Amino acid sequence: MVLYVFVVAYIGGTAAAVSASVGRGARAAAILFAGVLTVELFIAVLGSGLQGIDSEGAGLSTQFGTPGDIGRLLLTKFLLPFEVASYILLVAAVGAVLLARRRGGLPEDEARRVSFYDVVRPGETGTMAEAVGPAFSLPVREREP
Amino acid sequence: VNIGWYLALSALLFCTGAAGVLTRRNPLVVLLCLELMLNAANLALIGFSRMWGNADGQIFAIIVMVVAACEVAVGLGLVVAIYRRRLPIDVDELRELQG
Repeated sequence: MVLYVFVVAYIGGTAAAVSASVGRGARAAAILFAGVLTVELFIAVLGSGLQGIDSEGAGLSTQFGTPGDIGRLLLTKFLLPFEVASYILLVAAVGAVLLARRRGGLPEDEARRVSFYDVVRPGETGTMAEAVGPAFSLPVREREP
Repeated sequence: VNIGWYLALSALLFCTGAAGVLTRRNPLVVLLCLELMLNAANLALIGFSRMWGNADGQIFAIIVMVVAACEVAVGLGLVVAIYRRRLPIDVDELRELQG
C-alpha cells in the first residue's frame, strides 16, 4: 500500500511516462493472456469440488481473527516464520539504504558550509562528508535516443 | 457473502496485475502491478481462511505483506539508483546487470 503513495509521488502528473507501453503486438498478446487467465481462473473457481465455496464459510467463534488470536498464533505456532520475516525486513532495509545512498560525494557548497560546531569539534568529524566518504565521480551513461 | 465472490474478485485483480506487468515498461508501474497481484493472492488466502474457519491463512497473508514490503523497499531503492545514474526508466532498456 505504501508503494501506491510513492508511485503517485514519483510520477504524478506525468501521464506520458506512465502510459509508455510496449508495442502493439506484445500489448495484444498480453491482453489476450490476461483474458485467458481470467477465464481459466473463473473455471477453476466455479468448477471447483470444494463445497464450502458456495457457502458463507464455517461457523466462527467470536475469537476468530481478533488481534489477540492473530498475535497468539504468530508467537506460538508461527514463531519461526515471524522471526524469519523480521530478518527479511532487516536485510531489505539495509539493501534499500545501500542501493539508494548517495555515491558521488557532496556538492561543493555543502562541504564548505561553516557552522558554530565546526569550531568546537575536531576537524572532519560529524559531517555528511565524513559519512559518505570522499567525492569520486561515477561514469555517467548518456541516455540513448 | 459467498466465498466464491471473494475468489472471483481475487481472480480479476490478479489478471489486472498480470496484464499491467506485461504491458507497462515503467519499473514503478510494474512494481505497482506486482503489488496488485500479491494483494489478490492475499484476498484469496483470507477468503479461504474464512471458509475453513482457520486463522492460518491470515498469518500467511501477513507474511506475504512483509515480503511485499521488502520487495517495495529494494525496488524503490533500485529505481532511485536508476534515476541517479540517469539511465532510461524503461524495463526493456535496462537489460544489462553491469553498470
